[in-house]
Amino acid sequence: MNERRALVLLGVLLAVLLVLPAFAGSYLLSVVTLILFFAYTGQAWNVMMGFAGQLSLGHSLYVGVGAYLAAGIFFHYGIGPWAGVWLAIAACVALGCIIGFLAFRFGISGVYFALLTIAFAEFTRIGFDHLQWFGGPGGLFLKVAQRDQVDLANFRGPPTMYYYAILALAAGAFALCAWLLRSRAGFYWQAIRENEEAAQALGINTFRWKMLAVAISSAMTSVSGVFFAFYYNNLFPEQIFHISRSIEIILGPIIGGVGTLFGPVIGAAVLTLLADGITELLAAMGVEVPGIKQVFYGVVLLAVVMFLPNGIWPPLARKLGLSK
Amino acid sequence: MSTLLVVDGAAKSFRGLKAVQNASFEVPQGAIVGLIGPNGAGKTTLFNLIAGVFAPDAGTIAFDGRSIGGLRPDEVCRAGIGRTFQIVKPFAGLSVLDNIVVGALVRTKHVAEARAVAERTLERIGLGPKRDLPASSLTLPDRKRLEVARALATRPRLLLLDEVMAGLRPTETDQMVEVFRDLNRSDGLTILLIEHVMRAVMALAQHIVVLHHGEIIARGAPQDVVKDPAVLECYLGEEADI
Repeated sequence: MNERRALVLLGVLLAVLLVLPAFAGSYLLSVVTLILFFAYTGQAWNVMMGFAGQLSLGHSLYVGVGAYLAAGIFFHYGIGPWAGVWLAIAACVALGCIIGFLAFRFGISGVYFALLTIAFAEFTRIGFDHLQWFGGPGGLFLKVAQRDQVDLANFRGPPTMYYYAILALAAGAFALCAWLLRSRAGFYWQAIRENEEAAQALGINTFRWKMLAVAISSAMTSVSGVFFAFYYNNLFPEQIFHISRSIEIILGPIIGGVGTLFGPVIGAAVLTLLADGITELLAAMGVEVPGIKQVFYGVVLLAVVMFLPNGIWPPLARKLGLSK
Repeated sequence: MSTLLVVDGAAKSFRGLKAVQNASFEVPQGAIVGLIGPNGAGKTTLFNLIAGVFAPDAGTIAFDGRSIGGLRPDEVCRAGIGRTFQIVKPFAGLSVLDNIVVGALVRTKHVAEARAVAERTLERIGLGPKRDLPASSLTLPDRKRLEVARALATRPRLLLLDEVMAGLRPTETDQMVEVFRDLNRSDGLTILLIEHVMRAVMALAQHIVVLHHGEIIARGAPQDVVKDPAVLECYLGEEADI
């Protein structure tokens, strides 16, 4: 990749995003917040699937557990998310390592590994339906008030604060992944993704490196859960752990380009803008069709799979002169 | 000359099939030993026992005086044994250079250092012009070269070559033979090779072990082994043209 060009592009993008709140209305800001949320979470998933080749279809597990833990201790004890995020990370890394250990120790891979990740997300969803401390099926609600003051200690404040928080997370995740990809870990993960047997013959302890990928991915995803809880202020097991949530997380990187750094960002932007765009458009036309967003997701996914099997980013990068 | 690899009574069965039985042989430090035999004789299984893909059912395998039977493949690699695969396994999505960098990273944590090792290895094997191509675009002979380069980048003391000459043209075979001779002579690399291309085996090996139905039926200097009646019968054929 032409690094200088890529850095310039990133710099411009970051500059635009930094000044955006000065110009954008609250609706646009909320849309971009959503894009950044999916860009961040997609980046986290990409570490596991895109880099290390381990397909997780249950990433809603880490979003949900992270969200519930941080929100739970805030709701009950008033402990803010700066402490809660560590609890969330610890719990999600532990969960990820349990799933990873079960799968990798006993040779469960490919679609069977994916099934295992779904199973964990599903039974955690059912479990949380019965945990009254977290509100059960009725949901957990954080107190919402009209807030203009930024209360950074408790992560409460106006939408702009959340916008900058998720922007920082997305940018940080991008930088972290760029660094990881160039480090030994990146080479080893890609080797494992491409051919595990050959990777092992070259001295790679594949179990250890796959576990590391799962740990990093689950830790990153749990943070997006904490953000989610404090941004939306309400959590329902049926929503946050649902498999459709996991699918929503992975569509961005798949459409943008699995295993690429820009893929999750582009994918999140394309999907969110188009989905919101079509909702607006249909509303303006007076058409109300339930599920139109999902139909649209399906059509876009189909088109990308048919015409851009490696995602939007690789051909776009060539057009921009960023890669050969 | 000290002995680098000692295989003593190694055996491996798959369900009822005895793939390797009671195999014993040695590879002296600095030698090139050829392992030949008809298809299905158990050559690759024997390789996989040494490389840690399977643990032997019986017998011992010692490398540099240390038992390696039952170690995982990555541990065997770190102990100093590099291997190639008969059915090539390139990291298709990575560039040729990056494929080799992965191998070099076993001896260093630093990517820059590994890249320097990989670049030298790349030139030596003759893949220089292809360094930035994706491995998926390589022809079969180049994929074989990549297998060798990747294994070499792990800086092994013993290199296991599983039919790296198969599918090469005679001139390409001669080039490859030259590369191995050079590695053996100037770097003191010990090589154990499985090979059907007798032209290469005769040119390289100082010692040959013949495997048939999982058992070693002959061993010795190349010119003696190719005249051995048992070997002619099962493998080379009466009219062996060498």
